[in-house]
Amino acid sequence: MKIVKIYEDSCVYCHLCEVACIVEHSQSKDIIKAFKRETKPIARCSAEFNYPLSYSVMCRHCDDAPCIEACQTGAMHRDERGYVVVNEDKCVGCWMCIMACPYGVIKKDERREVWGLSTKCDLCPDRETPACVEACPNNALMFEEV
Amino acid sequence: MKWMKNLKNYTPPAFKVIRDDDRCIRCKACVEQCSFDATFYDEEENKIWNWDANCVSCNRCAAICPTEAITVETRGYSYRHNYSWGSHIDSLKKRAIFGGTPVVSMGNDKPYKIYWDHLLLNASQVTNPSIDPLREPMELKTFLGKKPHSLHLKDGKPDIDISPQLELNVPIMFAAMSYGALSYNVVEALGRAAQHVGTFYNSGEGGLNKDHYKFQGNIIVQVASGRFGVHKPYLDVGSAIEIKIGQGAKPGIGGHLPGEKVTETISETRMMPQGSDAISPAPHHDVYSIEDLRQLIYALKEATEYSKPIIVKIAAVHNVAAIASGITRAGADIICIDGFKGGTGASPQVIRDNVGLPIEMALAVVDTRLRDEGIRQDISIIASGGIRNSMDVVKAIALGADAVYIGTAALLAIGCTMCQQCHTGKCAWGITTQDPHLSKRVNPDIASQRLINLLDVWALEIKETMGAMGINSIESLRGNRLNLRGIDLTEKEMEILGVLPAGE
Repeated sequence: MKIVKIYEDSCVYCHLCEVACIVEHSQSKDIIKAFKRETKPIARCSAEFNYPLSYSVMCRHCDDAPCIEACQTGAMHRDERGYVVVNEDKCVGCWMCIMACPYGVIKKDERREVWGLSTKCDLCPDRETPACVEACPNNALMFEEV
Repeated sequence: MKWMKNLKNYTPPAFKVIRDDDRCIRCKACVEQCSFDATFYDEEENKIWNWDANCVSCNRCAAICPTEAITVETRGYSYRHNYSWGSHIDSLKKRAIFGGTPVVSMGNDKPYKIYWDHLLLNASQVTNPSIDPLREPMELKTFLGKKPHSLHLKDGKPDIDISPQLELNVPIMFAAMSYGALSYNVVEALGRAAQHVGTFYNSGEGGLNKDHYKFQGNIIVQVASGRFGVHKPYLDVGSAIEIKIGQGAKPGIGGHLPGEKVTETISETRMMPQGSDAISPAPHHDVYSIEDLRQLIYALKEATEYSKPIIVKIAAVHNVAAIASGITRAGADIICIDGFKGGTGASPQVIRDNVGLPIEMALAVVDTRLRDEGIRQDISIIASGGIRNSMDVVKAIALGADAVYIGTAALLAIGCTMCQQCHTGKCAWGITTQDPHLSKRVNPDIASQRLINLLDVWALEIKETMGAMGINSIESLRGNRLNLRGIDLTEKEMEILGVLPAGE
C-alpha cells in the first residue's frame, strides 16, 4: 500500500501542498476559482513550522487506526484501497476521531448545515498521485510504498 | 506597511515587485519564501505587501507562486539621464550614507567584451568527413598532470614513469566553492554528481566535512592562505591538492567568511571558533616568491608521498604568462587560471569589477608562452571563470585548456538566479547559506540529478560539435586554434588569442 511519506529535511514550508489539496477538493478544480469564487474547501494537509523544522503532515492511514475505533457511527472506515476515509452520510460531527487521532490531522468542517463533518486526507481517489505530492517543489512529500 | 522610508539612508530601490491581484490567492507561499524581508502579509487588510528596497530580485517569490501572479522588474533610474554618471550616482551615495565599501558576490557583471562570443568554430564540408557522435565513438576522456617529454620503448612496452594523473570522463570539473560559502546540501550534491559522472569537485578552502570523505576519488582538496581545515587525512582524501594563490573575482584579495556563517559544523570543519570571522590573508605568508611556492608544492608532495598531482590556482592578471611559466618550473602538475568573470562568495565591489583579465586572453597567452618555452607538457591547464555553456568549453579547449572548472554554472543548475547576495548568507535558494531552514531548499537528490543532467548534456553538445569538426577525440581539439576564427576583433586581439580572422 502506498502512502504519502514525509521528508522533513526537504520541506521548504511553502504551503503549496495545502494549495494543491484545496484545489483538488474544490468544485471547479481551478486554482483561482477555488480560492476566490467558491466556498474554499479545508486543506487536508497542514504545513507545520518551528524554526528550523518544518514539514507537511496529513493522515498516516494507520494500520490500527484509533479514529476508526473511536467512531460511533461507523463513518470512519477503511475503503477498498485500504485507506482510512470518512463516509459523509454517516458522520454526525461528534469529533471523537479528532480526539483520538495521534497526529492531529483530522479537521472540523463546520459548514455543513445540520452538523459538522470530519474532514481528512482521502489520498485523492481521482488521481494516481495525490495532489500535494505532485505540487511539492522539493520532494518533501513522496507517494511511496510503506 | 511594516516599514517606513527614511530619507537619511535612502537610495532608490533597484527592483519592483509587481503583483497581479486578480491572480493572487493569498496562499502566502511568497511570504514564507522571501528571506530578505521584502514580502509580508497584513492579516487585517488581507493583503500582501512588498518592500521594494529590500528586494534583491532573486525571483524566488515569482518562481514559487502557483498562479504566476508575481513579476519582479528592474526599476529604471528616475534621475535626469546622464551618460557618464549613470549607476555611479547611487553607488557613490551608498558609500557616503553607509560609510563602507560595498561587498558583492558572484562574478564581474560589467559589460566588458566577452571573447567567447567573438570566436567561431569550424566544421567539416566535402574535403574531410564530419562524424556522427551517436553512431561512432567519441572520446572525451581527459588526463590532467605532467606528461612525459618523450616515449621510450623497452621490449615493445613504454618505459616511462608517468606522474600521478587525474582521470576525467568529461573535461569539466566543479570549481572550488567552500563548505561555509555553500550549504551542506549543495556540497553533497556536487560530490554525488562528480562521483556519478566521473569527474571532480573542489572542496574550496573551508576544509572537508567528515560526512563528505565518502566522495574520496572525486575530490580535489584546496590549501588556501587561511589553511582552514588542512590536516593529514584531508590531504590524503583528495585526488589532487590545489594551492589557491588567487581567485578571478578578487585577485590579490584574501577571503572573508562572516562570523554568522561559521556555525557549529563549519567551525568543526574549519578548525576555528564558532561565530568568529574566517579571514584568509591576501597572500600565503609562506609564499613570497616562485622559490617559496616550490617549497610549498614539494612540502605537499612529500606529505602525500608523491601520489597526487598538485594544482596551483591563480587569478588571471597582467603578467599571467610569466607567472604560469614560473609555476610550471616550480613543479606544479596542473595550473588553474581563473578569469575576471569568475565568481565569489564575497568580494569588495571595486576589486570584482575592475581587476583581472578575461580568461580567453589569459588562457591563450599562457598556452602560447608554455609552448614557446617547451614546457607545455610539464603542466596541464584548467581554465576557469565565466564558462557559461558547452561551446565556451569547446573554445577554451581549442585555445589550449586541458579542462575547465565551472562554479557559477553549477550553482545555476541547482537553482541560483545570480542575485549576487551570497555574502549575506540569506540565499533564498538555499545555496549560499548556513541557515538550517533555508538550506533545506536544496534537496541533494534533485540538485545532484540536475548537475548530472547538465554535464551529460554538455558532454553530448561537445561531442556533436567535435563531430561536426571531424574530430573524434578531445585530445585532437586541445590547443587546435585553427578550428577557431575571430569575428569583430582587432588585429591585436586576434594576435594575442592566436586565431585567424573569419574568412582567412
